[in-house]
Amino acid sequence: MTRFILRRLLLVLPSLFGLLVLTFVMLRILPNDPSAALAGENATPAQIAAIRKAYGFDEPIWKQFVIYLKQVAQADLGNSTISGRPVATDIALRLPATIELTLCALVFATLVGIPLGTLAAVWHNSPFDHVMRIVTVGGLAIAAFWFAIILQLVFSMSLDWLPLRGRLAVGTPEPARFTRLFLVDSLLTGRFDLFWNALQHIIMPAFTLSLGGLASIARFTRAGVLDTLQKDFVGYAEAAGYRTRRIVWVYVLRNSVVAATTQIGLLFGALISSAVAVEAIFDWPGIGSYAVNAILTSDYKAILAVTLVVGVIYAVVNIVVDITHALLDPRVAESL
Amino acid sequence: MLIVKKFLRDVPAVLGFVIIVAVVLVALIAPLLASAEAVYDGNIMERLKPPSVEHWFGTDNLGRDIFARVMVGAQGALIVALSVVALAIAIGVPAGLYAGYTTGWASELVMRVTDVFLSVPQLILALAVAQLIGKGLESAMLALALTYWPFFCRTVFSETRRVRNTLFVDALQGIGASQWRILMVHVLPNVASPVIVRATIGMGFTILTTAVLGFLGIGATPPSPDWGLAIAESREYLPESWWAVTFPGLAILITVLGFNLFGDGMRDLVDPRLRRSR
Amino acid sequence: MTPHTPGPVLEISDLSVVIQTDEGEAQILSHASLVLEAGSIHGVVGESGCGKSTLLKAILGVLPKRSRIESGSVRLGGRDLVGLSRETLQREVRGRDIGFIPQDPFQALNPVFRVETQLMETLTTHGMRGHPHADRKAMRAYLVSLLKAVQLSDTEEALERYPHQFSGGQRQRLLIAASLACAPGIVLADEPTTALDVTTQLQILKLLRDLAGERGLSMLFVTHDFGVVAQLCDTVTVMYAGQTVETGPVRAVLDDPKHPYTRMLLACHPDRAKELAGIPGAVPSPLRPPPGCRFHTRCPEARSECSAARPAHAAVGAGHEVACVLYAAGRAP
Repeated sequence: MTRFILRRLLLVLPSLFGLLVLTFVMLRILPNDPSAALAGENATPAQIAAIRKAYGFDEPIWKQFVIYLKQVAQADLGNSTISGRPVATDIALRLPATIELTLCALVFATLVGIPLGTLAAVWHNSPFDHVMRIVTVGGLAIAAFWFAIILQLVFSMSLDWLPLRGRLAVGTPEPARFTRLFLVDSLLTGRFDLFWNALQHIIMPAFTLSLGGLASIARFTRAGVLDTLQKDFVGYAEAAGYRTRRIVWVYVLRNSVVAATTQIGLLFGALISSAVAVEAIFDWPGIGSYAVNAILTSDYKAILAVTLVVGVIYAVVNIVVDITHALLDPRVAESL
Repeated sequence: MLIVKKFLRDVPAVLGFVIIVAVVLVALIAPLLASAEAVYDGNIMERLKPPSVEHWFGTDNLGRDIFARVMVGAQGALIVALSVVALAIAIGVPAGLYAGYTTGWASELVMRVTDVFLSVPQLILALAVAQLIGKGLESAMLALALTYWPFFCRTVFSETRRVRNTLFVDALQGIGASQWRILMVHVLPNVASPVIVRATIGMGFTILTTAVLGFLGIGATPPSPDWGLAIAESREYLPESWWAVTFPGLAILITVLGFNLFGDGMRDLVDPRLRRSR
Repeated sequence: MTPHTPGPVLEISDLSVVIQTDEGEAQILSHASLVLEAGSIHGVVGESGCGKSTLLKAILGVLPKRSRIESGSVRLGGRDLVGLSRETLQREVRGRDIGFIPQDPFQALNPVFRVETQLMETLTTHGMRGHPHADRKAMRAYLVSLLKAVQLSDTEEALERYPHQFSGGQRQRLLIAASLACAPGIVLADEPTTALDVTTQLQILKLLRDLAGERGLSMLFVTHDFGVVAQLCDTVTVMYAGQTVETGPVRAVLDDPKHPYTRMLLACHPDRAKELAGIPGAVPSPLRPPPGCRFHTRCPEARSECSAARPAHAAVGAGHEVACVLYAAGRAP
């Protein structure tokens, strides 16, 4: 198993390297000579030259790339062209919010999607199955940002059941900083009032975010279970007298879920994309809304930093998914 | 003919096809029927009126008839989606053919580049690219095409590789058929179906993403009746003027639903293995 | 070691099974009948598609979707299984009263679960016979003894492993052990040696014979190979196109086959065939079966009565029956 993990880690390196090249190229395309921009409006040629030397902009391009790599390794992603603050700090501050949101969405999507997909497969071609098919395709067709607005319209503005935006009610102090995930931290410190506060705020954004994922997971589970039901070992299990509930929910599910887990990696990417819009609507202080802000203010350093960070997270998630896959299906660990 | 019959048995797919035809018809006819002022100028006296007999979907904050705007918006949505998918195909398919047919470092390079583009979620990459090229509809389209071509490249690559590895290609080369001919006559038809499936699904996805970009202010610009833009513009008038936000969103939902259902049906037709899991 | 009262333990009478296909209804089993006597190994032999596997599935009530039992009965110790619900069959019959050995050892075991989990499943579902309050430790010890009984080595380790880590023959032994877990009186074996090589085949057959003798099992053994029947079975039923055509003690049927189909089938067997003979014609499609005796279209002795009605089973010797007009009551062969 360790060998599998090592080999899997090796595989990801070329893509990460390529991503670094890509972001570096995009970074350098924009301003031909950033020194002038950095120096400010009324800088003298000497000052500009000094900055150029200090930042190494006069070095050949490959050396600049090496410098870039070093900076990335030291978590120096440059300063925001708008606020001047280090981008890395901003991203680090906002990342837990996005992670909490994405995790909630993913957990919800999985917990609901897998049983729904399994039932649709077991009740193949029943009315339930047909409805499920249309609903899941519909779920993938809903524009997350629009649905978010509709939810706000109904539950916040009209019914006043749930708060409109943010992670906590305005003026509420954040829970103690352990994981920076408010739901977890508030439970850890026994602050149930904070937990309830945070929960109310996360329900709508997480639900909105989970829709696409739910639909996807349900569809893949359905396809996987239908496939598995054809297999010989299901027929054998039935003939040998296993209880039907156990056959479906333990034996069949395990085989089908294995295929679905690999989809979760791709799902994560889609979730992050949707998170951009959802965070913008709900004023959720994560990297999604950070990216939107950066785009609107042409803060290219921030945008590229977000691209890099998301790319790395995406790669990590895919590795974790592959390892989980190998754990669930022992035959995979021996391949590769 | 058998294929058509099988397709007709798949009710959701037929439904999707009907929706697509309806949307296309609307996109073609609506711009001719709607008056320019209803769509672009509007009548301030009529602003924010709820749905009624004169204005089926109500009016927006500038007094423009929302029904007309939504219908005309279909044209923009379809054109953008078609262009993006066409461009993505134009880049991705030849790249995939080349990488699949040849071996060696060139092929590897193409696939590594594809991997890099796929290593970042699409919207994020689209945002970064749009950032580079500047805002506006054209750059949004280019950005989306650049994020979507890898999917076509991958699909075409694996199909081409598969066909290439079959014995009959060796046989063809053995009797002296040119590479070009092999690609055109034998590889391309095999590749066509998965590409068509992916293109159909891509249409739906592009319409969604374009709407998001429009909503964020990176895609279409006012006074375009772009659906995403319309939602953004109408947001501040909630909750009273709910119709301004609801109808464009429904338009997106129905259109994308149509493409997805149809694409699903196509996929079931094309891949016999998946047909079983319907 | 279950002492058995003599007499039939399983009686299949007039069983008919149909399956709904895109092209119409197909009659896979047509009035099939056979009797399984206590403590005997009864072979069911026939070509592919003759319905022998369907027979086993019908007994257990695990017929594929779109198929159903049209008529007939399957009596297990006096109770007719045909009318019972799937839940009842699962709870009381499958695995508990009747054990099952599948055909393909390579596909029958779920690849992502350890062997122990799957072997334990029937035990936990139906309980250990005679030990209603057995805990996991006791069950595990019992499994180990079962594995030893089927001659698997490294029994402790074997339980921890996954199916793909075993050879075909070993997997078949696991499946045999699984079928015996709840000490059923009857075991249905669906061509369990077909997917194995010849030497392994012989080992498994010997194992089955020994186990059946030690435990007083009654076994229904489906195969297409008469050679296997000769080695393993006490009695045999020959099937053709969904009909049971001849039944009798193995020696009697092999040495003195009465039904024309049995005769021609035996004549084809490599051990007996002098030339490369076959049976002219082809097996009829179950969608449009010939009326009456389904073999009459290829039978050299066919008469006009053959297509009129299904021939009744007629006795031609001790425990030896044939469904053929040639032997109808009173006629000489």
